[in-house]
Amino acid sequence: MTTSPTAPVADLDHAATTALRPEVAEAMAPFGADRYGNPSGTHRLARDAVRAVDEARERVAAVLGCEPGEVVFTSGGTEADNHAVTGGMPPRDGVPVCSAVEHHAVLEPVEALGGRTVRVDPTGRVDLDHLASVLDELGSSASVVSVMLANNETGVVNDLDAVAEVVRAHEPEVPGVPVHTDAVQAAAWLDLAVAARAADLVAVSAHKLGGPKGVGALVARRHAHLRPLLLGGGQERGRRSGTLNVAGIVGFAAALEAAAAEREEATDRVAKLRDRLAEGLAATVPGLVRTVPDGAAPVLPSVLHVCIEGVESETLLFLLESDGVMASAAASCASGAQEPSHVLAAMGVPTGLARGSLRLSLGWSSTERDVDLALRAVPAAVERVRSFG
Amino acid sequence: MRVLAALSGGVDSSVAAALLLEEGHDVVGVTMKLWGGESDTGCCAVSDVEDARRAAAQLGVEHHVFNFGEEFERHVVDPYVADHLAGRTPNPCVECNRHLKFDALLRRAEVLGFDAVATGHHARVVTSTDGHRYVARGADSAKDQSYVLHPLRSEQLERVRLPVGRHTKAEVRRIAAELGLRTAAKPDSQDVCFVTRSAGRGAFLAQRAELRPGVVVDEEGRVLGDVEAVELVTIGQRRGLELAGGSGRRFVLDVDVDTATVTVGPPERLLRDEVRVDGVVWAGEPVEGRVRAQTSAHGEPAAADVRLDADGTVTVRWEEPRRRVAPGQSVVLYRDVATEDGPVEVVVGGGLAR
Repeated sequence: MTTSPTAPVADLDHAATTALRPEVAEAMAPFGADRYGNPSGTHRLARDAVRAVDEARERVAAVLGCEPGEVVFTSGGTEADNHAVTGGMPPRDGVPVCSAVEHHAVLEPVEALGGRTVRVDPTGRVDLDHLASVLDELGSSASVVSVMLANNETGVVNDLDAVAEVVRAHEPEVPGVPVHTDAVQAAAWLDLAVAARAADLVAVSAHKLGGPKGVGALVARRHAHLRPLLLGGGQERGRRSGTLNVAGIVGFAAALEAAAAEREEATDRVAKLRDRLAEGLAATVPGLVRTVPDGAAPVLPSVLHVCIEGVESETLLFLLESDGVMASAAASCASGAQEPSHVLAAMGVPTGLARGSLRLSLGWSSTERDVDLALRAVPAAVERVRSFG
Repeated sequence: MRVLAALSGGVDSSVAAALLLEEGHDVVGVTMKLWGGESDTGCCAVSDVEDARRAAAQLGVEHHVFNFGEEFERHVVDPYVADHLAGRTPNPCVECNRHLKFDALLRRAEVLGFDAVATGHHARVVTSTDGHRYVARGADSAKDQSYVLHPLRSEQLERVRLPVGRHTKAEVRRIAAELGLRTAAKPDSQDVCFVTRSAGRGAFLAQRAELRPGVVVDEEGRVLGDVEAVELVTIGQRRGLELAGGSGRRFVLDVDVDTATVTVGPPERLLRDEVRVDGVVWAGEPVEGRVRAQTSAHGEPAAADVRLDADGTVTVRWEEPRRRVAPGQSVVLYRDVATEDGPVEVVVGGGLAR
């Protein structure tokens, strides 16, 4: 079922990663050529690199609504999440707490440190009452509370102001227990200066925004004490050693700015595409359930997550790809196999229904044609699967 | 023909895919992710998936990974544990073939528009002159895997390809080396894939069930010793029992998990005239009369007479008395059938010893 090179192809998996924006590639190009300096140096070439990183840091800070000194550049979202959850090396004393639907980059370090998970409601948003009771149980031993801004599978958006309020009520003295948010999936669509303002720690990744892979940032507010996770040359004010990824950092800043500049227009355009897709599929695919019902909770404009009765995701994805539509179901394991979703399980989606999960996600480069292709391919694939009983 | 080639990451399945390409088929590779727990090849068996993916890339075929972990747990691992607890000796590879490779995967392949599924088993599919399809022994008798394919019926075999079955293992490795496949020199897998060599069967079962210590007695009921876990003892076993006193070779004659008693005795007390077989799957029509029956993966087949019983079980009566077959082990019935190429020894049916 090899798709011929000329057959139309639609990428409906922008939540996995999205295309590099042309202006980002352009901004990065000199750093892959003659501007190759190491910012940890003193001569002209080094100073040029320092300046590029300083400027990028200011631009990133401006978009994210923080001080430049609060931006710690990382190798991406996973490192930022690990750093935020552990607090560095050795880890903070106490018990980390996170929602049950976090990305594995948060869940795994929380579990490794013997942490606690907090229930979510049926839409996948964190259960604030349960958060309060977990914090009560832990008394003064909670070390960090991590709640993602937008979920990477369903796109559902948490109210971080409300999360922070619960945490502050638990421990009113400042700085108290830091609140971390994994904003990796949200950053392309939400204004983090507002949506993540209540968080002490914010993880962002460049490649979800149209930037390069392998670079991101942890915003660590001034009062959020961080030990380094990586020790060495003392870059990033000692918080993250390692030669700075200058090209990546410049690309990250360019991507973040581009996403911010077009946010309103893109949100409006992509939400319309997503809604057309949702309505079209609801009308043509019997037994299709929207995982977060329309209007039940705020959801990113880019994500349509559905579960289809009597269909297995892997079969569906294979058939969709043969029709040129690339999508995904849940998080993939390192082997490439589709794993049952811990997110859907935590939301209480019945196992049988969760087997037929499908995430269609749009991005800055999505077009009406992508939606047209999906509207043709999904009903046909579901019908084929069902015809075999 | 569009063929879905199951690629385990080993040399046999890689060569199977290569042979299909050579025959001009449209091939897509798939690795079945069956076991998510510990294994000798690493978590998720990621290294095997990588080997499969690289072999597919070398052959120029698409590669996918299908997760059949739930089905594997349900049809292979859970029954494996339950059988041990019931004092039986299961063969998980047979159940994996029955439920996973030649059922779940075969059904999915059909939905995905494939005409057939291929694996790297050392066995062949042959058609008799009367139009039935059978599993025949592989060309390399030392590597023959027809035994573990006994649950396959004629109508399934229509959509099964076993391309390496006509080659010896040495030929398979040579073909792999000629093609430069990275799996060419990879050692054969030996054991149950979800039981690690280091920890062993006991450690695996102990994670999932409470194993009970047992007492070892002779046929007169005299206590000779004890065993750590009665569930790990197999009828016919000789090694691994530390027994006090007595002389002569003693074998496990019986295992009673209810009373946690292992009875041992001299080997001649293991001899039986017949074995009852449950759940027999016939490749084509049920067979009566003279067959050759094989009771372990690489055991010698022996002449026997098959009788169909009224209750649906089958009695295999040995020509010469044979050692008792551990309950749960596959009893596979072979017979020569006429094919265009002359008589060929095939699996006519098989089931599990009672």
